Amino acid sequence: MIELTVNGVKRQVDVVPEMPLLWVLRDELGITSPKYGCGVAQCGACTVQIDGMAVRSCQAHIGEVAGKSVVTLEGLGNKDQHPVLQAWIEHQVPQCGYCQTGQIMQAISLLDLISQPTDEDINEVMSGNLCRCGTYPRIRTAIHAAAAKKLAEK
Amino acid sequence: MGHIQSLSRRAFLFGSAAVAGGIAFGSYGPAEAAASAGDNPLLAGLGPNSVAFNPWVEISPDKITLIAQHADIGQGVGSVQPIMIAEEMDLDPGQFEIRFAGPSPAYFNTGFADEFAPFVAADQSPAAEEARAAVLESLRKSGLQMTGGSSTIPDTYEKLRVAGAVARETLKAAAAKRSGVAVADLRTQSGHVILPDGKKIAYVALAADAAKIPPVLDAKPRDPSQWRMLGKPMTRLDVRAKVMGELKFGIDMKMDGMLYASVKLNPNKGQPLKSYDASKARVMPGVKKILEIKNGVAVIATNSWYAIKAADAVTCEWAPSAYPAEQADHWKVLESSFTPEFLGKEWRKIGDVEAGLKTGTRLEAEYRAPYVAHQPLEPLNGIGLVTDKGMEIWVGHQSPQFVQDVAATAIGLKPEQVTFHNQWTGGSFGHRLEYENVRVLAEIANQMRGTPIKLVFSREEDFLQDIPRQIAIARHRGSVDKGKIVAADLQLASTAPLKGLLERSGIPSKDPDGQLAAGLWNVYYDIPNFRGTSYEAQGLSPCTTWRSVGASTSGFFTESFIDELIHAAGLDPMKARIEMCTVPTYRKVLETVAEMSDWKGPLGNGRGRGVAFVEAFGTPTAEVVEVTKTDRGIRIDKVWVAVDVGKVVDPVNFENQVQGGVVWGLGHAINCELTYAKGAVQQTNYNHHEAMRIYQCPVIEVRGLENDPKVRGVGEPPVPPAAPALANAIFAATGQRIREMPFNKFIDFV
Repeated sequence: MIELTVNGVKRQVDVVPEMPLLWVLRDELGITSPKYGCGVAQCGACTVQIDGMAVRSCQAHIGEVAGKSVVTLEGLGNKDQHPVLQAWIEHQVPQCGYCQTGQIMQAISLLDLISQPTDEDINEVMSGNLCRCGTYPRIRTAIHAAAAKKLAEK
Repeated sequence: MGHIQSLSRRAFLFGSAAVAGGIAFGSYGPAEAAASAGDNPLLAGLGPNSVAFNPWVEISPDKITLIAQHADIGQGVGSVQPIMIAEEMDLDPGQFEIRFAGPSPAYFNTGFADEFAPFVAADQSPAAEEARAAVLESLRKSGLQMTGGSSTIPDTYEKLRVAGAVARETLKAAAAKRSGVAVADLRTQSGHVILPDGKKIAYVALAADAAKIPPVLDAKPRDPSQWRMLGKPMTRLDVRAKVMGELKFGIDMKMDGMLYASVKLNPNKGQPLKSYDASKARVMPGVKKILEIKNGVAVIATNSWYAIKAADAVTCEWAPSAYPAEQADHWKVLESSFTPEFLGKEWRKIGDVEAGLKTGTRLEAEYRAPYVAHQPLEPLNGIGLVTDKGMEIWVGHQSPQFVQDVAATAIGLKPEQVTFHNQWTGGSFGHRLEYENVRVLAEIANQMRGTPIKLVFSREEDFLQDIPRQIAIARHRGSVDKGKIVAADLQLASTAPLKGLLERSGIPSKDPDGQLAAGLWNVYYDIPNFRGTSYEAQGLSPCTTWRSVGASTSGFFTESFIDELIHAAGLDPMKARIEMCTVPTYRKVLETVAEMSDWKGPLGNGRGRGVAFVEAFGTPTAEVVEVTKTDRGIRIDKVWVAVDVGKVVDPVNFENQVQGGVVWGLGHAINCELTYAKGAVQQTNYNHHEAMRIYQCPVIEVRGLENDPKVRGVGEPPVPPAAPALANAIFAATGQRIREMPFNKFIDFV
């Protein structure tokens, strides 16, 4: 049994330690906002936070996550007031939406790192997150809007 | 395969048979569809005290359900289709549920009529319209329910608004009967019929009464000037659930007692398994079973990852490919296909091309476009359950009836024994018109009878099985004289995408593939001597429809070559196109993009602009791309797009679709190709087939026009002009003419 904390709740799973966190979340725990896209850290759709850091969950073996705290989009606090989620809704970023939970988790991490990112900062930090529908212009707009919201709240 | 026997094959590949006699059929309108209760698939599952006025509206005592008849592949079907009904019914978002349609001929796609009639879109003459009516009639007879060809809005714009109007007026009639108030004195608002004294009756409370009276079939949809939601910025109904991570895609579905499956399939597409060794896989953790299927091996396990890892550990001996094993030989086949033996069709001929080519300065150029992959981010998947009664399948797919046919054929059932449940999908771009996951899932579930099986393809397997976009070579010739284009002789050799798809759907055809005319014959410039000819290469990789299909390659060939001719004639690329354009509404599209981009000729200083104009699926689109030559390569700075769709029904989503189409067109033109080696594609993940990431994405400014007399789709049309506009911009900035995709083989990009 491997024990970890997911979205504030202690969970135990009986899988091999090599299993990526992504598949523990999806198939063992039924938490589906982290998506399987590539399995090799090329698309970012599986992005979650481990101890506060944005991580590709397809690359984190569950054995190494033991005892740590994982937060997925489902576990974000105060979701209806969350500046990034609100900006994503206001600017209607999603098309198919499959990559968006990963984009959002990455954008949250970006804004934690750089509170007022430039387009260049966004390009740098968000380029690991693939969107096949091509919502990039809206992702940029939403990140700037979320940054402005966060600034206004301070 | 059963469903579409009555469909004339020719109707698909330009309806020449259907229209040969010039027969005019009465059109089968939405009111007739709403009227034919016997054809209403909702009636079978209707509960007590409930009503289904037509195949799109169902009201029970506790809820209102609106049916989205098309598949949602990210283009917004699950939002705009119910809203078209809700607009007419005076329902507000939140007052209704949405359900995807099951397979039924009631949902036949009227939107294909224009694409399959043998007339270019701008031709709206009586003869052309008559031909389209004939194709429509053959579509109605076929009952073909399919999402594709940018047809969801053209198909549903009229019929869903009529369906909503019928529901509204029938509810009013029921309320009139109950209250004794005349219908004329009743109005509707927010899911209620309002009586003159202000008293409200909820629609759900009227369901039982409404079921007892005949539907009011002559109800008319409202004039767009009265719209509350349509035509105005609105929030897509699915946005919140997608942002909150609450929306369940097909791959997120779960069932009690479910096991997980993954596969290793013959990468020589279409060929069977010869032998395999699963001794290693069999003892891996989580593995329950190894199954042999027709073209590979499946692993059943307790977790998708266990199944994927074990499938990867199986070693297989494959039957070799029927197409050339090596990519170089694919190109050789194309090169030798420009002969009468492989002639598809001479689609259009104006003037005397050979004489025209002898006048003035002559140009010849060869263009190439490679195979490319679809690869939506949600990999192929599905849940299947086979019992003694039949099969249930939960999968996101654009052709419900063909899913039934393919699954049934794979395991010896009748199509009607397959129950299909459509799912939200993480993109498609044409991928979810094919059947590899469906066939394989049927085979697996049949061997695991009684247990629900969730199949997930690994990304690598998805790439290997992805039936690509057509590969093509164009050999264009033309001449210019005294500042004018005198002749254009456009010829291309290509694999046949639509024919391939239809063959795999059970409707093989020997007719020329109409998609190879797209972007080749619908050229609206005043060129006195013009010819557009397709050749169909044989024996190459199977190919299928990829976002914008034929125009994705031909648009690049045609609009790049026209640019070459314009430059040879010493003209400005924008002014020349505007002056040569023969269709007033299309000229307006070009003028609009010129105005948006403030086009004033060459920019200088290593900067350049290119323009391209393509009509695809009836929608004219003009794009200007601006680039800068930097010491790190070409940087795409900005794109301007003007599109005429007749009516912009959902402005925010419209802009999103257009931007996405530009990103799709540019990204693949710059970065992507699939190449075969030993019969398998060499690109098996996104690092080999990257398309566009955010760092390469320009600012994209969009304007929608409403001058076309018909309502048009926008999912695909913004794709074809992107590549030629970029190539033309690179030429303007550098003097280098790139005639082959992907462009990064010839020039660096920032």
